[in-house]
Amino acid sequence: MNYVIEMLNIRKEFPGIVANDNITLQVEKGEIHALLGENGAGKSTLMNVLFGLYQPERGEIKVRGEKANITDPNIANSLGIGMVHQHFMLVDTFTVTENIVLGSEPKRGATVDIRQAEQEVAELSERYGLNVNPKAKIRDISVGMQQRVEILKTLYRGADILIFDEPTAVLTPQEIKELIDIMNSLVKEGKSIILITHKLKEIMEVCDRCTVIRKGQGIGTVEVSKTNPTELASLMVGREVNFSTEKTPAQPKETFLSIKDLVVKDARGVEMVKGLNLEVKAGEIVGIAGVDGNGQSELIEAITGLRKSEAGSIHLHDKAITNLTPRKVSQSGVSHIPQDRHKFGLVLDFPIGENMVLQTYYQSPYSKKGVMNLKNIYKKAESLIKEYDVRTPDAYTKARALSGGNQQKAIIGREVDRSPDLIIAAQPTRGLDVGAIEFIHKKLIEERDKGRAVLLLSFELDEVMNLSDRIGVMFDGRIIADVKPEETNEQELGLLMAGNADKKAGDQ
Amino acid sequence: MFSNRMINILIPVLSVVLGLLSGAVIMLVFGYNPISGFAALWNGAFGDAYFFGETVRQVTPYILSGLAVAFALRSGLLNIGVEGQVFVGWLASVWVGISFDLPMVLHLPLAILAAAAAGAFWGFIPGLLKAKLGVHEVIVTIMMNYIALYSSNAIVRNFLSEEGDRTENIAETASLQSDWLAQMTFYSRIHYGFILALFMALVMWFVLNRTTRGFELRAVGFNQHASKYAGMSVGKNIILAMVISGAFAGLAGAMEGLGTFGFMSIKSGFTNIGFDGIAVALLGANTAVGVVFAAFLFGILKIGALNMPTEAGVPTELVEIIVALIIFFVASSYMIRWVILRFKKEGK
Repeated sequence: MNYVIEMLNIRKEFPGIVANDNITLQVEKGEIHALLGENGAGKSTLMNVLFGLYQPERGEIKVRGEKANITDPNIANSLGIGMVHQHFMLVDTFTVTENIVLGSEPKRGATVDIRQAEQEVAELSERYGLNVNPKAKIRDISVGMQQRVEILKTLYRGADILIFDEPTAVLTPQEIKELIDIMNSLVKEGKSIILITHKLKEIMEVCDRCTVIRKGQGIGTVEVSKTNPTELASLMVGREVNFSTEKTPAQPKETFLSIKDLVVKDARGVEMVKGLNLEVKAGEIVGIAGVDGNGQSELIEAITGLRKSEAGSIHLHDKAITNLTPRKVSQSGVSHIPQDRHKFGLVLDFPIGENMVLQTYYQSPYSKKGVMNLKNIYKKAESLIKEYDVRTPDAYTKARALSGGNQQKAIIGREVDRSPDLIIAAQPTRGLDVGAIEFIHKKLIEERDKGRAVLLLSFELDEVMNLSDRIGVMFDGRIIADVKPEETNEQELGLLMAGNADKKAGDQ
Repeated sequence: MFSNRMINILIPVLSVVLGLLSGAVIMLVFGYNPISGFAALWNGAFGDAYFFGETVRQVTPYILSGLAVAFALRSGLLNIGVEGQVFVGWLASVWVGISFDLPMVLHLPLAILAAAAAGAFWGFIPGLLKAKLGVHEVIVTIMMNYIALYSSNAIVRNFLSEEGDRTENIAETASLQSDWLAQMTFYSRIHYGFILALFMALVMWFVLNRTTRGFELRAVGFNQHASKYAGMSVGKNIILAMVISGAFAGLAGAMEGLGTFGFMSIKSGFTNIGFDGIAVALLGANTAVGVVFAAFLFGILKIGALNMPTEAGVPTELVEIIVALIIFFVASSYMIRWVILRFKKEGK
């Protein structure tokens, strides 16, 4: 068989852990090869070994059949291996071309021949159907376009083996579709692609073969055409995974949250929530479906006290919580799993233990008369870590060092443990693998069954459909439809999300 | 082999060693004997009780100004205004020291508190501007340093003396000086302020690491969004961080006013106690213990250097170069980290 990349029996250790143990990855020329594994399974470590950032303890790497000793990224580059990073490495104020040639600029005398560079970039862009404007500034183009610039960067340097590190995590559904087209055209031109991902849908759609790793162990390689998502998921997690979340019908009781005629402006002073009405009852999960940017974030910020509302009212039980401070809101019994866990959910440089008491540090038993009781704090943290299966060496590890899924589990543990009446979960599973998603969904349903009100915001239709007992479709700052998931489908929701409220009205 | 904690300690230590080594090379290049140069430095700092007393005297304000910078940095603020806060603290302590007639149990604490309050007020202004209007604290504090310098000079000339260059001496009852300590050290200017400085290091550690207030300050320092989400008042904590930092700096001023000098004179420029505090905090990795050690090192270098021209013929400016190099090596700790990790790899 004609392999472009062979990584044979790779083992990589870090002090205390084996990140990769006996993993074999063989990529054929011209295929899209998926590398599948949970967060923290060792995918990135393996790719960093291939890219020369780490040296393996055991095993060998062959590139185009020849043994290669890749000791640093420059060697990887010269072997034609390019990496499209998850977090883009671009200079905001430079143009597309300037970013692409950065480090290997075509020179004319002592100056950079930017015109020639632009021409080359334009040619490359056209050849692979990337449709990038070489003269645009990075800060003026969309995230999807920025990713294409990253792809162009590797192509410009002559890469013919491209590693994509979770490329779809930051993209909209439309952009994902376009990216898939781009990957197909790259392969058609003779490139080979390694796609790091934990999204099964994408693998089924674009990949030829898939190598699965679990907890650092190589599990094996399967032909995508001969498998299905359920099998892939159980290979990845090591047990059966439930895709459609099991839950009993909701038994809504009294109204916990009621919002009337709410108006909220964003930071620029533009009205984003325009007279919104919404109720969430005890014992039900209400999902907010909608395209990003229709006022969802502002709505949640207004409820939690992070943003001032201009008009209208928010009541929890019979108590008005309109424009209270975040602390008062949380004391009234509201928990908030924020959309952006790094920006809002955690102080990344604090130990995970201190993050567990981020809202309650001033209360007994965590402190007394302004003096912290570290013993009680860490005792609590350790029990939450255990209960919510947060994988961390110990409670003293900085939150920054944890994987995304474990950070999210820590936040959910903290928020749920406060026994709130209302849980606001904004994109609670963004960027997480199926194992973690399943766990988080189960927890949210458990809380519902305990008689709590759950307000779910998600841009993933699957999640909204699976989890919600009621779906409110948000468009242009209002809830324009209130539907039951079992009485609707993705097509109808899609239409509603695009603002077609008439369809619903016509039904009645 | 090396834990993170060890690396965090190794970096400043290696920086100091590298700084001293580079100093030795510079001495060699300019034809001085580095061994006798450093011997003179050592003797100048520890050679006899007098030098030792002077070293401790120099260390005292350094500890406090270092704590001031470190406290602000731990709360996410760069307080360049420690220098000015030292000035107003010094002035306030001397003013209380000469204007009141009180028994020592009241007078001395009052003078010290006045210094802390003045420094705190000088920190409050940039804190308020940052919290309410988003004005960057570095700009404001730099300007306030000049306001402090020239207003203090004007006040000393016009209100605390009769058109003279210095105030009269403070009352005995407000003085930190000690005959007993002075006699022990052949009449160096060592004073009791040293105990206060060490105590304040303990206070800083306790406040930041063991109180809910410190938890909030550190949280705001690391991540304002998460702090707001968690229900903390970001603005209040910014102001408070600057106030506490300023109070530490004011105390550093009191060390000079009530301890070393016992008066305040008109200054043609800055004392550099505050600016050196930035270096002390940096070398001490913004921890209370680290600041104490770093302040000692800087005190030893400053006082020891005075002996270098007489004993070894090496100019005192050399010490300034060494200090600069140490800071350079700390600041470029990436390089040292890299070297340590290399060793770590090869050691395996």
